[in-house]
Amino acid sequence: MGRVSAFYDSLVGKKIIMAATGFILFGFIVGHLLGNLQIFLGAEPLNRYAAFLKSIGELLWVVRGVLIISFLLHVISSIQVALANRAARPLGYAHKKNIETNYAALTMQIGGPLIFLYVVYHLMMFTFLTTGPGYSHTDVYANVVASFKVPAISAVYIASMLLLGFHLYHGTWSMLHTLGISNAKSNGLRRALAPTVAVLVAGGYISIPVAVLAGLVG
Amino acid sequence: MKLTLKIWRQAGPREKGALATYQVDDINPDMSFLELLDVLNESLMLKGERPVAFDHDCREGICGSCGFMIGGVAHGPLKLCTTCTLFMRHFKDGDTVTVEPFRAKGFPVLQDLVVDRGALDRIVQAGGFISARTGSAPEANAMLIPKQNADRAMDAAACIGCGACVAACPNGSAMLFTAAKVTHLGELPQGQPERNHRVLRMVSKMQQLDFGGCSNHGECEAVCPKGIKIDFIAQLNRDFLKASLTDEMETLKRV
Ligand code: FES
Repeated sequence: MGRVSAFYDSLVGKKIIMAATGFILFGFIVGHLLGNLQIFLGAEPLNRYAAFLKSIGELLWVVRGVLIISFLLHVISSIQVALANRAARPLGYAHKKNIETNYAALTMQIGGPLIFLYVVYHLMMFTFLTTGPGYSHTDVYANVVASFKVPAISAVYIASMLLLGFHLYHGTWSMLHTLGISNAKSNGLRRALAPTVAVLVAGGYISIPVAVLAGLVG
Repeated sequence: MKLTLKIWRQAGPREKGALATYQVDDINPDMSFLELLDVLNESLMLKGERPVAFDHDCREGICGSCGFMIGGVAHGPLKLCTTCTLFMRHFKDGDTVTVEPFRAKGFPVLQDLVVDRGALDRIVQAGGFISARTGSAPEANAMLIPKQNADRAMDAAACIGCGACVAACPNGSAMLFTAAKVTHLGELPQGQPERNHRVLRMVSKMQQLDFGGCSNHGECEAVCPKGIKIDFIAQLNRDFLKASLTDEMETLKRV
């Protein structure tokens, strides 16, 4: 236990945990996106996929367990790191110019909680079916179409996915750096990877409500 | 040329400080920023006021003594440059420039622009050295070091410990400094025996001295007068992870 607690006591250790759990959550985000994109194949494949996920039973709970634990570790360690960082400069500058950092990096602590709020809302709408216009337990396709036909629901969704894109933009770069996957030669590649990942993921998710609103799906 | 300076004045460590505005005329564009303060101080002393305190020593960019925030940037607007080698020709006539001390909990203000950067020495004391028998210089080719390792070690060793990285970091972190020291010795054969020990102890010490953590903003690299790269921070992270997994429990204990 000593080794684990010494690791976790360290801000560097916490950052490595944030990076590793961030990677797991990122895996989920990509998997979920690929599942969702089946909506473009029609109602039948998407509903079959949804039924398949429900049918795997225990395994689904294992995956959910890993995700929930990763999520908790990600959030708790990030809050602890953020508090330590804030405490490290009790008196701020009258004038400070940032040169290298960007909006996405500086707003991780605002974007993160907002994404969390959206996830709760999203689960209520599509998993627990306690809000939103779609209520079928088997026809996922119909639920999605019915929800996104409501412009307000689509707007909130699109805004949240943009936030997610921002989070991934800094997150991808930061994760690779924190895990020490870096050398001068691959630096350009890693810099290019972050916007690519952010645009692909956010764009992929956003394409769904846009397609529904445009009448291409449904 | 003329400048309006807004300078942080604080009489002592426990006093309250505030920005005070000074007008300096007849500035020679070839003066350094420290010489600008010298000129200002002469006029303050003639008026019987307390001169602005600031740190300096070599005044040629190699000792790391000087440094404060100039216009919101550590060491001022010029890249790869210390405060003492920043010249007034890089400013526009009539500019207003804010001059503040480096701010971090680990860098308490002593007076005006002078901060106590002893914390950086204590991080080095925690492990930024090799325990070796000293004596006369060894034969140069007795220990062969690949060129790329030697280059990387030299790049890291260029750190002059000025503390600009801490000052620029949105988190007040000393990661770039610590990473430079860790990489400098970690690249060389002499640094290997204590490599795990070093990174664990230095990281632990940094945290104990109230520095923040790294969010990979890259602000430190942007202001470093010696061009230390944040690649070294990735190296520190890698070494830290490896040491945490493999090192003897003894050295995992807090410093
Ligand atoms: S006085 Fe030595 S580096 Fe500026």
